[in-house]
Amino acid sequence: MKKLNFKSSLDNWLTYAGVIIAFVVLQLLASAGGMSSALKGQLVPVCAYIVMALSLNLTVGVLGELSLGHAGFMSVGAFSGAVTAAALASAVPSAGLRLMIAMIVGAVFAALAGVLIGVPVLRLNGDYLAIVTLAFGEIIKSIVTNLYIGVDANGLHISFLKNTLQMEGGKMIMNGPMGVPANTKIATFLAGFILIMITLVIIFNLVKSRSGRAIMALRDNRIAAESVGINVTKYKLMAFVISAALAGAAGSLFGLSQNTIVATKFDFNTSILVLVFVVLGGLGRMWGSIIAAAALTILPELLREFSEYRMLIYAIVLILVMLATNNPTIKGFFAKIFKRKGAEE
Amino acid sequence: MLTFLNHFINGISLGSIYAIIALGYTMVYGIAKMLNFAHGDVIMVGAYVCFFAVSTYNLPPIVGVLLAIVICTLLGVIIEGLAYKPLRQATSLAVLITAIGVSYFLQNAAQLLWTSNPKIFPNMFGGASIKLFGGELIIPVGTLVTIAACIVIMIGLTLFTNMTKMGKAMRACSEDKGAAQLMGINVNRTISVTFAIGAALAAIAGVLLCSAYPSLVPTTGSMPGIKAFTAAVFGGIGSIPGALLGGILLGIIEIFAGAYISTQLSNAIVFLVLILVLLIKPTGLLGKQIREKV
Amino acid sequence: MSSPFQKQETKMVPVPSHSIVPERDVDKAPILECRHLGIDFGGLHAVSDLNLAIGRTEIAGLIGPNGAGKTTVFNLLTKVYQPTRGTILLDGMDTAGKTTVQINKMGIARTFQNIRLFSNLSVEDNVKIGLHNQEVYSTASGILRLPSFWKKEKEAHERALELLSIFDMQDMADMKAGSLPYGAQRRLEIVRALATNPSLLLLDEPAAGMNPSETAELMENIVKIRDTFQIAILLIEHDMNLVMNICEGICVLNFGQVIAKGTAAEIQANPAVIEAYLGKKKEG
Repeated sequence: MKKLNFKSSLDNWLTYAGVIIAFVVLQLLASAGGMSSALKGQLVPVCAYIVMALSLNLTVGVLGELSLGHAGFMSVGAFSGAVTAAALASAVPSAGLRLMIAMIVGAVFAALAGVLIGVPVLRLNGDYLAIVTLAFGEIIKSIVTNLYIGVDANGLHISFLKNTLQMEGGKMIMNGPMGVPANTKIATFLAGFILIMITLVIIFNLVKSRSGRAIMALRDNRIAAESVGINVTKYKLMAFVISAALAGAAGSLFGLSQNTIVATKFDFNTSILVLVFVVLGGLGRMWGSIIAAAALTILPELLREFSEYRMLIYAIVLILVMLATNNPTIKGFFAKIFKRKGAEE
Repeated sequence: MLTFLNHFINGISLGSIYAIIALGYTMVYGIAKMLNFAHGDVIMVGAYVCFFAVSTYNLPPIVGVLLAIVICTLLGVIIEGLAYKPLRQATSLAVLITAIGVSYFLQNAAQLLWTSNPKIFPNMFGGASIKLFGGELIIPVGTLVTIAACIVIMIGLTLFTNMTKMGKAMRACSEDKGAAQLMGINVNRTISVTFAIGAALAAIAGVLLCSAYPSLVPTTGSMPGIKAFTAAVFGGIGSIPGALLGGILLGIIEIFAGAYISTQLSNAIVFLVLILVLLIKPTGLLGKQIREKV
Repeated sequence: MSSPFQKQETKMVPVPSHSIVPERDVDKAPILECRHLGIDFGGLHAVSDLNLAIGRTEIAGLIGPNGAGKTTVFNLLTKVYQPTRGTILLDGMDTAGKTTVQINKMGIARTFQNIRLFSNLSVEDNVKIGLHNQEVYSTASGILRLPSFWKKEKEAHERALELLSIFDMQDMADMKAGSLPYGAQRRLEIVRALATNPSLLLLDEPAAGMNPSETAELMENIVKIRDTFQIAILLIEHDMNLVMNICEGICVLNFGQVIAKGTAAEIQANPAVIEAYLGKKKEG
């Protein structure tokens, strides 16, 4: 346990390096044609899920509050980003710039949702907070499912519950339960890589600063944190909103890598999926989140040859990993094996 | 006025189903302090068992229900023994993720075994109904049975936890597991029994749920599961009367929101009410306020 | 150690009659004054009609049998609980309606009976969290690593080590707080509290679980802290040796009520105190 700070700095630099190396290798592999098209199609979603996992790790691992509605922020980001990109299609010809604007808009809207949700909710604790974030995720889903947005020469038109848009020509961007039926896929692997790097910089630098310490103080002992003058609401909200904004950007990136997006894609199950990445990767351990998110997004692809059994295998793997990493007996068993191996070498 | 009454009865009926599921959540939470996310999927298994018993093997409905109860109880005990018991000392988050794994497992196993084509659940009550006000208010027998079942279960559970030795052991474990163990209570067995009871209730809820909403698919249990969990929190998690109150209120709110505001938004309204309740009363309607000792 | 921690003196206010303020502080206004302070839990008067004043550089003790309401007094002073009755004046200012956070900013810092460290963080980070409102820079400059970040972080680092050196704990700066031995954890809590630059330090059983030599060292350090920082210290302690040796004023609580106030000698001779601790003498 000695040299705690040095060890965590080293971890951070290795994480940056690992992400850069992985990006270069995959980019080379993709351009040299050494990658199946199915796998290629997964590159951007994997980046989006990595950012989702990292941002949720900020809430669950660093702030220490369980959130079961993280996909809600992804949804807000995905749809606001898709609408932005579609609305700017003619005004901003550069796809890269449009993607950037869409991701920023997605982050801003998700951050607003984060403030709206966080202000009332963060007064609650533990499981109650978890259930309320779940409820908010479902509410966001219901709202998005009933939104109708179109764009024409007169600008944006919005209606809720029923399609009452009166448009002169133009086109529908969001069509209620059908979501965004005709998205332009402008998200790129490079953009995904940059977003991951930005996310890492934000989280690592936050954690190793005054505000980050305040957030972790709340996690470790709220009463002690208050006693040394740390404003509980401010720092809880800060972590929650930064986490939401990053999820929004990830949502934008994800949405713009798909032909169609529907609100039900970002339901409770997606929130849970991201939570699984975070817990498997280790709370507060960012490189763990990256590896878990990447591996578990790719795993169902790799299990294609087992076709219908793949989700079953996924479930079994998940249970076994949880048992292996959390049961003292099994953990001790593995530790012994590794020790013996180490001694032989 | 009659439509209102009709909605009200439907609300109570739906709420009774939520309450029965919520009881399972609340009891397990109260004792094992874990959110058993696989609970909703046990409901689904119960419904399938009853479906096959009645539709495929032409057994009488009551046998179907009993079979569902027996199999779900076994399933509950097996899940608890294999997946949760090894994690007694682990963090609650680790147990939560394991429960999610179990939930995925049950859903996907059901999909493999029974495909995702919807099964039309048979009407267990023969479609009979009671006509009131000169035939203007029609109440299906199923609705009445659902409400009656909920009342019987509530009374039964209250008596069980207050009168029997096992019930007392349960209450002791939910207060303080360590102290209960020191008093000679077999904590592991108590937790297993709690899971068994929860799973049996889930089987009953599954049959009642599918009698009211007959389309049966492998994901049938998830949404009612989440909502029943919400109901348990709503009423104050860990409290048996709270689960009843939360369940009934949730059912009524859902039916009325659907009827008078918007069907598309009924779920959103249910969750919104939950949030408002928790903001005003952070431990739910009947939850205990615990002051943290400094 | 230079003392950037020194507080400015305020104008003289006559010390109230219920004071236990020592001689050298009597011409100054008390740092803390409680008037008719009380709190009820349900129907129970956990603390009632507590009157107390503490001088600017006084070391005062709060003693009493278990369950007498000593920690509740600390929780009232730091607004973990809002008092049902009475007023608390800190440096002459009314603290009614203030939160725990505001109370800390106004100058009260405390330790806890059941240690409350940020146990997953390093010792240094624990102290830096105590410096939260002393070394201030914005979240944005933290994330963007602006010059103010580097400057303030450097200051915070130096100040943290300086504070840790009070207990000779500089070498432990990089260890995980939760992995420290018990005594070191108690000392770290005191350092963390001092980092918030208090004018009144509340210590809740600082010597609990320590052996006699550790306690002796702690006693020296408490006096040293008072002398270097020129602050007032109020402590709860069951170790009578410690209390009688370093506390200039002592207040005895029983069943939420003050049963005696005075110097160590006065308290030791007080029949009500003896009765509270040993029980009533049998008649005949």
